[in-house]
Amino acid sequence: MNEARLKIFGGGTHPPGYKEPTSGKPIEDISLPPEIIIPLTQHIGGPNKSLVVPGDRVLEGQKIGETETFCSAPVHASVSGTVKAVEHRPHFLGIKMPSVAIVPDQEQSRSRMEISSKEPGPEEIRKLVKEAGLVGLGGAAFPTHVKLSPPKEGSIDTVIINGCECESFLTCDYRLMLEEATSLVDGASLIMRTLGAERVFIGIEDNKPEALKHLGDLVSGLNNVDVIALPTKYPQGAERLLVYSLLGREVPSRCFPMDVGVVVQNVGTTVAVSKAVREGRALTERVITVSGSAIREPKNLRVKIGTSLDHILEACGGFLEEPKKLIVGGPMTGFAQFDLSVPIVKGTSGVLALTENEVSSAPLNQTPCIRCARCVDHCPIHLMPNYYYIYGGIGEWEMMDSFNVMDCIECGTCSFVCPARIPHVQYIRLGKARIVAKARK
Amino acid sequence: MNAEVESEEDDAVNRDTSATIKTDKLLVTVPPHIWQGESTQQIMLWVIGSLLPVALYSVWVFRFHALMVIALSIATCVATEAGYQKLQKLPVTVNDFSAALTGLLFALVLPPMVPWWIVIIGGFIAIMLGKQVFGGLGYNIFNPALVGRAVLVLSWAQHMTRDWYLPLVSGQGFKLLGLTVKLDALTSATPLYALKQVREGLLQGVQPSMFYRSLLFSNPGGCIGEVSAFLLLVGAVVLLWKKIIDWRIPVCYMGTVAVLTFISGEDVVFYLLAGGLILGAFFMATDYVTACITKRGKIIYGIGLGATTVLLRFYSRLPEAVMVAILFMNCWAPLIDKYTRPKIYGAVKT
Repeated sequence: MNEARLKIFGGGTHPPGYKEPTSGKPIEDISLPPEIIIPLTQHIGGPNKSLVVPGDRVLEGQKIGETETFCSAPVHASVSGTVKAVEHRPHFLGIKMPSVAIVPDQEQSRSRMEISSKEPGPEEIRKLVKEAGLVGLGGAAFPTHVKLSPPKEGSIDTVIINGCECESFLTCDYRLMLEEATSLVDGASLIMRTLGAERVFIGIEDNKPEALKHLGDLVSGLNNVDVIALPTKYPQGAERLLVYSLLGREVPSRCFPMDVGVVVQNVGTTVAVSKAVREGRALTERVITVSGSAIREPKNLRVKIGTSLDHILEACGGFLEEPKKLIVGGPMTGFAQFDLSVPIVKGTSGVLALTENEVSSAPLNQTPCIRCARCVDHCPIHLMPNYYYIYGGIGEWEMMDSFNVMDCIECGTCSFVCPARIPHVQYIRLGKARIVAKARK
Repeated sequence: MNAEVESEEDDAVNRDTSATIKTDKLLVTVPPHIWQGESTQQIMLWVIGSLLPVALYSVWVFRFHALMVIALSIATCVATEAGYQKLQKLPVTVNDFSAALTGLLFALVLPPMVPWWIVIIGGFIAIMLGKQVFGGLGYNIFNPALVGRAVLVLSWAQHMTRDWYLPLVSGQGFKLLGLTVKLDALTSATPLYALKQVREGLLQGVQPSMFYRSLLFSNPGGCIGEVSAFLLLVGAVVLLWKKIIDWRIPVCYMGTVAVLTFISGEDVVFYLLAGGLILGAFFMATDYVTACITKRGKIIYGIGLGATTVLLRFYSRLPEAVMVAILFMNCWAPLIDKYTRPKIYGAVKT
């Protein structure tokens, strides 16, 4: 629509889409698992404390963990049932995290938040969003109410709804845009109203023409909501790059989009905002894509937060062949798993079972860096990842810092294009962790 | 931890689901989990492949001589790398094909009639002094093939500058594959050297345009790889099309040579086709390891190469302009990279 105005970010890459297996599959519900595991902290920010003890009976939507910290989001029971344990359980990050284990009951009684008015004001929306435990559902899991509370009133002019879904395989946002478009547009206008913004841009990659058309038709009567087609290029959905592509604004280093007058919300989050504000529903379920060549029946599923991977895999008919990698999230930024009892959390957008062929033995057969400069050419932040490999390998954290490693968004493009198959993201994460640790001292 | 993993598996077995897998076989790494699929090996093979037309053609033109030099050079380079790595108890990495590529490039910058022992010495030096002493693939500062050639030029200049396939002989000219070039004066060198003599008043009656066709399609007075500029360009187009090389270095290099040659009042087409310029610009200056990696750096690097080459061609008595220019600019590449770091996203201050 406003294509001529777009100023698409430089760099990036074009991984194969792999969206066909699930893009035509409507969202399905699945049966309740025998046990639900709710990690107490599912957001970026202060850790939550448990509000329940083993033996407690909980309702679906009942708050079971929270903290006083502003930058936080409570967690809720996603089923009604009995608390079996409050203990450390396997987590998708590969470690054990404090979690609440719940055995679902037959009744499935619900608890809903109280809605005081039909057209709530900004304060009430913020309160409902916070109470509903909303976080960014695109993966980063940043508390949504924080994004709705700019430091200065009226400093936000644009709300961007992120419908790029630039990760391969994933189609859950695409299905939401088709199946819950009304809630999406409602959520977008609620967010706009809360922030006092002037306009909403719904940015969608042009490999999803149906979503573009469907939403475009829906908003054609609204003069402050625009659906905008973006070129398909990874990582178009990265918040900072999306702000640049749509508005030509650069989010300064170590700042947030909010600092340039923009708030970006993922499609799933926006739908959840509408459900929280209109129906008083806490975030207890989400849509995920289960895909990859090793999956017998790839699907888009609406699952309870806390459902374990093996229950989800069962719902998709199990495996066609033995997967080489099992991933929570997308193939470019997701987390490889080794334990099927790991639960889905708020930020989980997909479960992928990739065959040996699909992962193409990525970390194996590494050669030394041949300085081909592909990582430099493709880095959307215009960093020089080859130096992270050099300096990270010898522990020169200050040098990594001087090469702006802290600005890296860890999109994985450098490793994806690297002919030497260097695990750049590993060096980057290591360097960032060491730099942060040093700064804390 | 282990016991727990096992009990999870037992549970899964008891439930008899098709989701059951041996979790210990799952590969766990940092993301990304997918990969574009073009490896170091494949890149090396593409470069080797893009040089094959000119290499095969040189064998047809120079017969056994070129075949011997190419085969011996590749064999020496691969053997040197494997031998050194064995001695040092390092993993042997000849299967990345970089040593083979160095061997091929080195052969292409040798005269076809060069004695066999020179090829062996040069190949050994290229890999050892050019590459392994720095730590092997990815760590060398100078282009290994050109290091080999530089040492040979300094040590056996008589072979490196005279062992051409056919000397250019006055009066008779030469006849090769149906192309006849008539020359009126006596010389025995490359077209580039002939033109140098013309500039110095030692030779008359030679026009640069006389050499266009032979330089493009069958040049007997030059190194093996200089036999056909046309076939080199075919290979270069393949590398550009496959995005294995970036256009910036060769285009800026050739462009600078063209502009400066034009300013000097010399024949632009001749000086672009002659000597090792095309081979150097597309296949050696673009060597990943020794060139600049930033986009702006590549432009500066290319311009520096062009300026150095023209300077040496017109103001130096040495016939080694391209080689010296590339080795010289190799020294500057890290510094250029340092001062041409791309402006990062978000570097602006609010």
